[in-house]
Amino acid sequence: MFADLFPIVFLSLYVSGVALAVAAVVGIPIGAAMALRPLPGQRLVDLIVYTGMGLPPVVVGLAVYLLLSRSGPLGILNWLFTPPAMIAAQTIIALPLVIGLTMSAVQGVDPALRLQVRALGATPAQVMWTVLAEAKLGVMAAIVAAFGGIISEVGAVMLVGGNIEGSTRVLTTAIVLETRKGNFELALALGGVLLVLAFVSNFLLLRLPGRRAN
Amino acid sequence: MTKNHNEAFTQPGEEMRSLKFFNLMLVVALMLAACGGAATTPPPAPTATTVPPTQAPTNPPPTSTTAPTPVPEPQTLRLATTTSTADSGLLDAILPDFEAKYNARVDVVAVGTGQALELGTKGDADVVLVHARSREDKFVADGDGLNRLDVMYNDFVLVGPKDDPAGVNGLATAKEAFATIADKKSAFASRGDDSGTHSKEKSIWASATITPTVESGWYLSIGQGMGETLLFANEKLAYTISDRGTWLAQQENLPNLTVVVGGASIAENKDKGLLNPYGVIPVNPEKHPGVNFELATNFAEWIASVETQKAIADYGKDKFGEPLFYPSSVAWKAANP
Repeated sequence: MFADLFPIVFLSLYVSGVALAVAAVVGIPIGAAMALRPLPGQRLVDLIVYTGMGLPPVVVGLAVYLLLSRSGPLGILNWLFTPPAMIAAQTIIALPLVIGLTMSAVQGVDPALRLQVRALGATPAQVMWTVLAEAKLGVMAAIVAAFGGIISEVGAVMLVGGNIEGSTRVLTTAIVLETRKGNFELALALGGVLLVLAFVSNFLLLRLPGRRAN
Repeated sequence: MTKNHNEAFTQPGEEMRSLKFFNLMLVVALMLAACGGAATTPPPAPTATTVPPTQAPTNPPPTSTTAPTPVPEPQTLRLATTTSTADSGLLDAILPDFEAKYNARVDVVAVGTGQALELGTKGDADVVLVHARSREDKFVADGDGLNRLDVMYNDFVLVGPKDDPAGVNGLATAKEAFATIADKKSAFASRGDDSGTHSKEKSIWASATITPTVESGWYLSIGQGMGETLLFANEKLAYTISDRGTWLAQQENLPNLTVVVGGASIAENKDKGLLNPYGVIPVNPEKHPGVNFELATNFAEWIASVETQKAIADYGKDKFGEPLFYPSSVAWKAANP
């Protein structure tokens, strides 16, 4: 039982971890930039980002599936039913969450701080870094929310991963499968494992800003 | 997005506010859609008022003695069945007749055979209609169900890539084909979900004395429904076993696949081991006092009646040129020797 469980837990963490890392590296600067330097038409962009935060994972999965299908434009990559496809889908789900919540967090920082560091001669990158450091609790909330969104999502990974035993099966798809097999107790136990995993991950994530501050 | 839109959004105003509201509604709608997608709600059962379009009852119903006096409130029967009976459209075609005759509403829960039997074991369904004979017998032996009746059968086919990398096209039996696929290590997609089809697949591997493992790389156990597994095989260029009904219904979406063992119809299927019988079992009221045993028994007798069996035999002929299910109840066999 535990020998079977280990690769599933590992793959869940690997797929959602990589997707979260990509979404954070790409999304935090975009979110901060959008808050600091509104473009013309920024409100429309905001609306699109906020709408993206409500994207149903299964729709994202469907779009990625059609892209990667043998008859789709990116079929040549041969990614369908592999972990990279799952990472791609989860990154797309996580990105609007990271961008949108980072944006709100940075908008909540006192504008006087920005003026002050700029007056002291900071480059735009230094301004962004200072403001992000000030908004770090909100940015951490963005990361934690995005992680919660993707580690628990089942629609996209089922579609583009295919739930292949020993290859693309993750905790959420295993839960669906055990439920359909009628193994309700095992399905519930896997749900418990997922919760513990999310708890530990969030615990570790939330310790990061504290360390950096000291 | 056009340029006009962009300009409108740069100046906040009345227009902006109404658009914001619209967008909020859109977000709410998307969230609701997400919730709906995640839940495994069964398709809505046809209402009792619907009249079956193709049925002209020529025989009196065999269970007319139990026909209810007109009552305003319909009783509810929860039927746990496999996805094949629901997805093929068979239930939508035949259930309105039952609902009208017994003033009942049938709630169909379409799941895998494993989950359907588990719903019965927990007393969450009144009657089950499934296809996995050995597990049906265990269900009855354990006291969860009473009075299993034969209902119908269809058959399984082995489908695979059109270029047939393992060279199994035309072999007489699935057993030989499975042995060749394992020998050539060609990709094989398994339902892997304890469904009736998965049980059948495992029994064929066992008959060929092969134990496929996921470590081997060519055996892909994906734990999904028949439709998903066929799509998967179409993408991965893998072999898989499917009930003929689902294959016929989905064939046009599976351009890379063809039937390699099982022929074009049940009559042409040379492997009699691929026949797939369905049974109906009311849940035992002594073990699960909450179930509606009387209505469940009515249902079992109704679906085994000659009239309903005729409707089953006719279903799918117009759309697929052949029936999807063949009736096999005792009453039907007696009437059609």
